[in-house]
Amino acid sequence: MKPLHALANGRTEQPSTPASPVVSDEIRKTTCYMCACRCGINVHMRDGKVRYIEGNRDHPVNQGVLCAKGSAGIMQHYSPARLQKPLKRVGERGEGKFEEIEWEEALELAVSWLEPVRKNAPEKLAFFTGRDQSQSLTSWWAQQFGTPNYAAHGGFCSVNMAAAGIYTMGGAFWEFGSPDWDRTKMFMIFGVAEDHDSNPIKIGLGKLKERGAKIVGVNPVRSGYNAIADEWVGITPGTDGLFILAMVHELIRTGHVDLEYLIRYTNAPALVIDNPGEADHGMFARNAKDEILVWDRKADKELPILDKKAKPALKGKVTLSDGRSARPVFELMAEKYSSDDYAPAAVADRCGVSEATIKRLASELAHVAFEEEIVIDQPWTDLRGVKHKKMIGRPVSFHAMRGISAHSNGFQTCRALHILQIILGSVEVPGGFRFKPPYPKPMEAHPAPHAKSEAGAPLNGPHLGFPRGPESLALKEDNSAVRIDKAFSWDAPMSSHGMMHMVIANAAAKDPYGIDVLFMYMANMSWNSSMNSGGVMDMLRAKDDNGDYVIPKIIYSDAYSSEMVAFADLVLPDTTYLERHDCISLLDRPICEADAVADSIRWPVVEPDREVRGFQSVIIDLANRMKLPGFVDDKGEAKYKDYADYMVNHERRPGVGPLAGWRGEKGDEGGRGAPNKDQLNRYIEEGGFWLEHIPDEARFFKPWNKAYQEWAVSKGFFDKPQPYLFQLYVEPIRKFQAAAEGHGDRQPPERLRARIKETFDPLPMWYPPFEGAMVSEDEYPIFALTQRPAAMYHSWGSQNAWLRQIHGTNPLYVSGELCEKHGLKDGDWAWLISHHGRIKIPVARMDALNPHTVWTWNAIGKREGAWALKSDAPETKKGFLLNHLISELLPERGDGYRWANSDPITGQAAWYDLKVRIEKADAGDGVAQPHMDAQKSPVGVGPDDIAYGKEWTK
Amino acid sequence: MTLLPETTQKKLGLAIDLDTCVGCHACEVACKEWNTGGYGAPLSDQDPYGEDPTGTWLNRVHTFEVKATPDRGASESGTPMSQLSQLVHFPKSCLHCDDAPCVTVCPTGASYKRSEDGIVLVNEDWCIGCGLCAWACPYGARELDADEGVMKKCTLCVDRIYNENIPEVDRVPACVRTCPAGARHFGDFNDPNSDVSKLTAARGGMDLMPEMGTKPVNQYLPPRPKHDIDLIQLAKPELTEPTADGGLLGWLDKALEKLG
Amino acid sequence: MHPAPSIIIFTTLSGAGFGLLGLLFLGIGPFACPAFLWVSAILGFGMAIGGLLASTFHLGHPERAWRALTQWRSSWLSREGVLAVLTLAAGGIYAIFLLFGGVAVSQLGTIAALLSIATVYSTAMIYAQMKTVPHWNSALTPAMFLASALSTGLLALTFVASFAGPVPAAMVVISIVLVILAWGLNLAMWRRNAETGLSGVGSSPETATGLGALGRVRLLEAPHSSPNYLMREMVYKVGRKHAQKLRRLALLVGGALPLVLLLLAGTGFAEPFWLLLAFATHLAGILIGRWLFFAEAEHAVSLYYGHR
Repeated sequence: MKPLHALANGRTEQPSTPASPVVSDEIRKTTCYMCACRCGINVHMRDGKVRYIEGNRDHPVNQGVLCAKGSAGIMQHYSPARLQKPLKRVGERGEGKFEEIEWEEALELAVSWLEPVRKNAPEKLAFFTGRDQSQSLTSWWAQQFGTPNYAAHGGFCSVNMAAAGIYTMGGAFWEFGSPDWDRTKMFMIFGVAEDHDSNPIKIGLGKLKERGAKIVGVNPVRSGYNAIADEWVGITPGTDGLFILAMVHELIRTGHVDLEYLIRYTNAPALVIDNPGEADHGMFARNAKDEILVWDRKADKELPILDKKAKPALKGKVTLSDGRSARPVFELMAEKYSSDDYAPAAVADRCGVSEATIKRLASELAHVAFEEEIVIDQPWTDLRGVKHKKMIGRPVSFHAMRGISAHSNGFQTCRALHILQIILGSVEVPGGFRFKPPYPKPMEAHPAPHAKSEAGAPLNGPHLGFPRGPESLALKEDNSAVRIDKAFSWDAPMSSHGMMHMVIANAAAKDPYGIDVLFMYMANMSWNSSMNSGGVMDMLRAKDDNGDYVIPKIIYSDAYSSEMVAFADLVLPDTTYLERHDCISLLDRPICEADAVADSIRWPVVEPDREVRGFQSVIIDLANRMKLPGFVDDKGEAKYKDYADYMVNHERRPGVGPLAGWRGEKGDEGGRGAPNKDQLNRYIEEGGFWLEHIPDEARFFKPWNKAYQEWAVSKGFFDKPQPYLFQLYVEPIRKFQAAAEGHGDRQPPERLRARIKETFDPLPMWYPPFEGAMVSEDEYPIFALTQRPAAMYHSWGSQNAWLRQIHGTNPLYVSGELCEKHGLKDGDWAWLISHHGRIKIPVARMDALNPHTVWTWNAIGKREGAWALKSDAPETKKGFLLNHLISELLPERGDGYRWANSDPITGQAAWYDLKVRIEKADAGDGVAQPHMDAQKSPVGVGPDDIAYGKEWTK
Repeated sequence: MTLLPETTQKKLGLAIDLDTCVGCHACEVACKEWNTGGYGAPLSDQDPYGEDPTGTWLNRVHTFEVKATPDRGASESGTPMSQLSQLVHFPKSCLHCDDAPCVTVCPTGASYKRSEDGIVLVNEDWCIGCGLCAWACPYGARELDADEGVMKKCTLCVDRIYNENIPEVDRVPACVRTCPAGARHFGDFNDPNSDVSKLTAARGGMDLMPEMGTKPVNQYLPPRPKHDIDLIQLAKPELTEPTADGGLLGWLDKALEKLG
Repeated sequence: MHPAPSIIIFTTLSGAGFGLLGLLFLGIGPFACPAFLWVSAILGFGMAIGGLLASTFHLGHPERAWRALTQWRSSWLSREGVLAVLTLAAGGIYAIFLLFGGVAVSQLGTIAALLSIATVYSTAMIYAQMKTVPHWNSALTPAMFLASALSTGLLALTFVASFAGPVPAAMVVISIVLVILAWGLNLAMWRRNAETGLSGVGSSPETATGLGALGRVRLLEAPHSSPNYLMREMVYKVGRKHAQKLRRLALLVGGALPLVLLLLAGTGFAEPFWLLLAFATHLAGILIGRWLFFAEAEHAVSLYYGHR
């Protein structure tokens, strides 16, 4: 009778809401793959469906939190763009016309393409994997196949950061290490969009805010993390190195450097031969035991750098016992950076940062580092056996990402940042920057590159590594590149992650040679992962005079109907991340924390409902069919039936396998131990990850800490302790420079000699980014950048019904100054023009932006027909890519050559060197230009309506 | 129960820290994910793969650009426009107002404010989908679901915060549970010792649009002024050169002597 | 605000219906003529009920509409519903006696007439109560709704009265007065709109975000790149020039034209056709005015979506 009662008095009872409704039937803990951060997730299952996904509170990476992408995992898992079955091309490349075939046929077809290549010329297979999180398997597979042509996407992502870090201090940012969020008092973050690594940085910034630590954001765009920074340095793109070295100038000029730290833990006192014009000039002085020497200022004689008694000099030219002259690294540094070239007043205009700001920031860094030091009462012993009573910390820390590395001067800029960290004594100390196991690992602990292939045999070693000098290059006798991507050639001698972005262009040009099979995984190379996307599409479609494709066969594996699928001859459909086995391995890119070692797995928390297979299991199947060494035993029998089997039973070194947790027959060994057949169950029971804390004595000063080194050996990171010194001065770089000066057998081609001489400076320096230096400043005065939105990851987000509502279109954000100059306002359209191309795009004004800069969100524009979107989706109409403006080659030089649009040292794609001009345009039909023709969708389009979870609401 | 309770025992709500929010949209999607399978009808999406994708969300993150002007915040003239401008990310959901106009306009009694904790809820079985409550709300906190024709709004995850089927530590709204930067705080504003009350007092928590007279429970903690950072005052504006004879290298000798 | 046709038709038509009925219940018109009684009752009840039915078209759950009668203590929409039902009940009884019994129960008629007026008033108060829409949040809103209800109602009644022969001059004169009053009040609202709005009550993006102390606030990025319910419902934008054009059209069609026709009627050309035209044009003008009433109204939510 409630309604009648209600009618009578105009009010009703407050309804009761059940306090404890059923949430889920079961929680399955696995690892997220909505981006590259690898957070732990609790997948709540109800009635066999995913009810919801939340962060795993115990997990070291995300500690319970989850980002927008992670929470939208349901829409990714049930995406209409999921491929259903293997596909064989029936139309022309790029059209998207396929027939579905059975797995057996698909695998046999792949083998029929791969087997002859392996038997005759393994280098004719180019196997490149994009956002691959199983590189320890894929690289090993390629090695056993025998092709030298393997890499993942590091070359077009952030190899400058990784390589600069490894060469300088044995690790870089992100998975290599992180700021000491709990103790740092001043934090500078350079060139980081709202990602990499997404949740840990946000968690960390939250901690800094709670403690009132100062955050300084250095980025041309004041969005995301920079928006909450206490101070924003709106730097001009490509000048970070100059800005950093100006702060180094201030600190050195005024004596604000941690001398004790430099002497103990770096090569600052190392003696460098001073012998201009000769081959040994710039090399370290060594004794007969190959130990690097320092000059003892008390005894006035040379001693090995690790000699416990040495009181090394930091200045002064000395005469060595062999009669040669030498000077300490520190003196070379002081001389270089004290020069007026790096004075704040000299760089202010170029950087767009005032002289006063540079000086004040240097002063703040010095103040916090030296006046606010942190002391932890924890004795420890260093590499020379010296016992320390306390751990002294310098609470300034830094983080940087692609904003500083994706430039043609990125390697040296990243090096400069590490130099700044090191002279402040703030690396691996409380409050500073801390490594995450298995890092730090010096260059010497990594392999050199291997590229020697032989028909029918495995490669002579791991493909990727860290060159020690010209002797490590992968060159043929005629000095041309062994690798299809020209990694480890004179074009990019220290390209430690390979150069995936050059593969298609080189293969299409048959330079250095043509290939037979292009095999790619999870990399949208025909669209947002390539420079010059339209050109790359043409290269993939290119035919020779006989009407055959120049790249004869393309195998591609992806879980979704991406733009790249349309260009494949054979598509091997992968599973979603909730349907697969994976290991986040210490052999690959780890997920450890500064205080703990950890690894994790993915496992099928949902069984696939389509005819799809995990890519890693598929390549193991292919390996078994081809009987690749390592994958089969002496009798030719398969050793691993699938990836899960491999994860448990593969041993890379005795006792060391893909997963470090619960090893040994009893499952009680961590790090090293025999394979344990119950290992995956243990991971599943324990939340999908394994973690072991570092002993207290080993937590800081890791490269030099005896306790850490011994612990690391016990965990299998390396086989014997290998303490090392930070390399302010990097000798391998000098070796390349010396070659360019004419020393040694291996000589760079003339077209590159001057460039190598100039840019391979063993001490970090700054030079203008190439594209900006080569095009006319009047014609292309504006910098154009992209950033990845926090709620989108590369191309994957647009198929996600929830995320594409947030970012379905992307305006070009134009600085207030440029808007006023060009009469642009929100909603206008403009042409953006580079030396390579022109695009028509919608614009929006943004004042909190470097005045000479425009930017947009990355990878929002989509090709019509891709990702199961309808043909009128805004991503295909208004969404756009800057990629069409960026060429993989720089403009022609005087000598007729075109350099790659890459860092000359590492080959990293210089995405952010782009220079443009802007012209107001008519909106016209409101469609962004260029508009590519449509591809046919092999999966149809998504439904008209979603009401997810309806069955649980009543 | 369209009349508002005179008082509520608890006053549950959120304190949202605009100084910490990086605008990542995590709260927004976690909310959608939890609630589409939770309290009441799903949060549906229309044309999700088409030209005009749209859907029901209970929390949305706006991005504002704030430019200091001589009458607002700018102290010195001649500062470049870029340095005068900053971005503020601004998550917005129901503020569970004490004087909630959305409740009193409801003709059916579907909208109500709970007397025990102050949560404003919609009884979807009674909602006729007239949309008037959405009009009455100045904050845009209510969205009519196009599929079900009923009004959806933030429930403060009423099906989480008391739910004994989930661990106690997780009995907070999904947005708070997931926020990576820790910019969202949940608690009882009636309790002066709660985190939210203390944060609000310490950081000058503010009502949105006080002129609307809604007395919102949720509080926004304003961004800290960017020029008011202690460190800057501690440090000298620039470093001074070492005083030893012989400049830097002379200083070096002295410094090394000290090290022994 | 989004000018939803169902709401525009509802407020205008039910206003005209209750206006007509209210006047009828007061005994205005040639009661001796059965045709007048039947047609005016059918037209009055038809417009009132038709308007109410139209209002249910925008409901998500019209089948639950009866629930809207429960919350009369606080909700103007509920009051409107209750009053409409009471009006139709009281008026219905009055009409049954009148049409079938030939008896005008004047006490009941007075009550029903007052209820009619109260119904229109509460309809207006649904909008006038909205603090979130300062353009509506004024006594002018109920005044304008009431005047429009009476003017459209009386014009309709006058037209029907012409069936019985020459229309009483008083009806024409009062019609003229009410048409002038209705547009006068519309004009007053338009003038007030120009001066008030969100800024008039001190609301701005700065108060909406609380960020005024830091500077001038501008929306850089909406939460989603695609529009949402709030934007469609409450962030409707009508061009200033377009609105001016429509205002002139409304005044011409709904004001000047019926006035001329009524003046003509007053001078003896009281042909039903001309009076029908007067009613129809006036109603059309009121509909345009009502469209503008919604379309031009600024809602506080728009401050979060780039409006200033």
